[in-house]
Amino acid sequence: MRELKLMKGNEAFAEAAIRAGADGYFGYPITPQSEVMEYLMAEKPHERTGMVVLQAESEVAAINMVYGGASCGKRVLTSSSSPGISLKQEGISYIAGAELPCLILNVVRAGPGLGTIQPAQSDYFQATKGGGHGDYRMIVLAPSSVQEMADFASLGFDLAFKYRNPVMILSDGAIGQMMEKVELDEQITRLTEAEIIKNTPWATTGKTKDRERNIITSLDLDSAKMELHNIHLQEKYRQIEENETRFETIQCDDADYLIIAYGTSARISQKAVDLLRAQGIKVGLLRPITLFPFPSKPIAELANRVKGILTVEMSAGQMIEDVRLAVGCKVKAEHFGRMGGIIPSPTQVVEAMHQKIIGG
Amino acid sequence: MTEEIIIAGFGGQGVLSMGKILAYSGVMQNKEVSWMPSYGPEMRGGTANVTVILSDERISSPIINAYDTAIVLNQQSLDKFEPLVKPGGLLIYDPNGISRHPARTDINIYSIEANDEAARVGLSKVFNMIVLGGFLKLKPIVDAEYVRKGLEKSLPSRHHGMIPENEKAIETGKELIKAKHLLN
Amino acid sequence: MSQITKEEIRQPENLVYKKTELLTDNPLSYCPGCGHGTAHRVVMEVIDEMGIQEQTIGIAPVGCSVLAYEFMNVDMQQAAHGRAPALATAVKRLMPEKFVFTYQGDGDLAAIGTAETIHACNRGENIVIIFINNGIYGMTGGQMAPTTLPGMKSSTSPYGRDVALMGNPLKITELIAQLPGTLYVTRQAVHTPAAVRRAKRAVRKAFENQKLNKGLSFVEIVSNCNSGWKMTPNQSNEWMVENMFPFYPLGDIKVND
Repeated sequence: MRELKLMKGNEAFAEAAIRAGADGYFGYPITPQSEVMEYLMAEKPHERTGMVVLQAESEVAAINMVYGGASCGKRVLTSSSSPGISLKQEGISYIAGAELPCLILNVVRAGPGLGTIQPAQSDYFQATKGGGHGDYRMIVLAPSSVQEMADFASLGFDLAFKYRNPVMILSDGAIGQMMEKVELDEQITRLTEAEIIKNTPWATTGKTKDRERNIITSLDLDSAKMELHNIHLQEKYRQIEENETRFETIQCDDADYLIIAYGTSARISQKAVDLLRAQGIKVGLLRPITLFPFPSKPIAELANRVKGILTVEMSAGQMIEDVRLAVGCKVKAEHFGRMGGIIPSPTQVVEAMHQKIIGG
Repeated sequence: MTEEIIIAGFGGQGVLSMGKILAYSGVMQNKEVSWMPSYGPEMRGGTANVTVILSDERISSPIINAYDTAIVLNQQSLDKFEPLVKPGGLLIYDPNGISRHPARTDINIYSIEANDEAARVGLSKVFNMIVLGGFLKLKPIVDAEYVRKGLEKSLPSRHHGMIPENEKAIETGKELIKAKHLLN
Repeated sequence: MSQITKEEIRQPENLVYKKTELLTDNPLSYCPGCGHGTAHRVVMEVIDEMGIQEQTIGIAPVGCSVLAYEFMNVDMQQAAHGRAPALATAVKRLMPEKFVFTYQGDGDLAAIGTAETIHACNRGENIVIIFINNGIYGMTGGQMAPTTLPGMKSSTSPYGRDVALMGNPLKITELIAQLPGTLYVTRQAVHTPAAVRRAKRAVRKAFENQKLNKGLSFVEIVSNCNSGWKMTPNQSNEWMVENMFPFYPLGDIKVND
């Protein structure tokens, strides 16, 4: 049996990153995710595994340290919260353009601007549609429990290296700050330089006589070549959509109505499903686990069977756009959400289902 | 069994750590738990609260707006959470500093003079454990042996010498808790 | 004195100098007369002579030398504008046995990358920073740089840099020499053979310093931008000697051992 602990989401992620064989973490403090770096510093991972942990002078520097480390084939990560993630967009775009693997945790708080430190899900567009400049995608994982905060550290690294692509874990202040029971994986040994050279022959590990120099860049001044590079990226994203879509369905088999929600909203909605079923209304929950790739197909299939769909998000309604694209005009799909750091209650979700879908 | 609890008071009263010890005790007894704090810039003196859920089943929402039990340790928390106790539920409060006492008649209400007791024995640090003892007397959802394990897991090892005092405070709380209003 | 023919010059026994293999055969993209080519050569010759090609990782900036990786035959990363010291920090910390250097211009290092520069220097990262200062943004078409001299014309200070309006030029090299994390800070040039020899000695010392693990080595090379300054190469070198050197005097600024 794996080791059992009671941990905050932020701490569980940090511990899981060490155990996933991470080589380096580069961060900058911001509420509500500062526990990630605090935990790492307290754990002295340099003594435990040789992992490097460095507090950078800014989020901009931190993501560019990740860029440098990822260029060397290392398993590197950073974490921040919304305003800090905005600052990291430059680096993320370069990392996506140069096709580098890395892990970025966003413990989302409410915006825009400095907003507030309370939880929100208003960075969905930024995470799934780009955020930085250029045509690129990140793989976006949305944990809805402390256990998934831990599990997605190693899953995130695996996906990042499989596709040479940045992976974002899109969490929120509630998941980051709450404590739950968590089972932790065994420690994975960090890769040696020989293993890195074998696994990632493109990495800048020093030009040896037997190969050409390795260059990590997102630049090509020749537009024809740059278009080819973009076509290659898009093909990769289609492949990711084909292979890596993840979601969970709860009580969908007999459902007349469907709630679609991720992260904290999915937890609240699950309670709302129970409350609605207690009222005799058959409601199911579809929880996207990957936000890119988005589970459009299962949503489209469920849209053939249900009478209405409610999305629940702690935002003005961002994921609803992807839900409506998947659903088309087959069935009514409406948004319910709270903003500014307010977490909707399960009873508010129940009321919204009545007002917007069942009675609407 | 599912018990949904809000613990609320001033920062520095040990509200969050009381919740953590209760949650960790639940983990040790193989229950599902969640511990969801209010977080913010208030470190000491402001308001602090934590929602703790213990259950035999997978916990859906860690954030709720109706509670089986509210444990409130100042006036603001009493005003805020008294209305949110489920009908038939439980309210525990420390009357120290309370000018407007709870008034609901559809819930069970108990008081515990933990503040005075902690001051009397000169152990303000275990104030929160006195309160926890009072709660566990009324709702023994975790057994004493697992509370001890919860204390061991929650407290840094340098404070493990304090565990007997904490356990004693829990016992004290069980004796101090007094019924104020009981449903028939 | 006998005449030597073109064919004879090419004979191996008459070879007196050749390009280091650490410079690729790609034609340089720099304007004829620009100091970048010589600066590239100096850095690559030092790496060659030290025999550390296999352990060296270079970081290219944004600016005229954005394509430095086309010419430098070592593993290279291309950084976002100003961020090279952040990349280098991670590379060196994750692979402490490697030799890591950044190659940056004045807009990159002293304007948009000021924070990254100062903090990498202050942390004492065991890296080498090569800083090419030509007082102008060359790549984007000759705009005013943080290092543009008072009164100096550029495309965004067409009537000359008005200090009251546009602020003072930044002597970032003197600034970072104050930081405890820097081990060696020097200002050189590559406009004459003697200057090139001195610059090469400085670059060598900077790379040798990486073995000491005692802090960052910073080599500024004051250079010309004949295109941006709208001069012939010779005029630009003369102008550099007359105007740049008095403001940015050559020589070691900080030498700790």
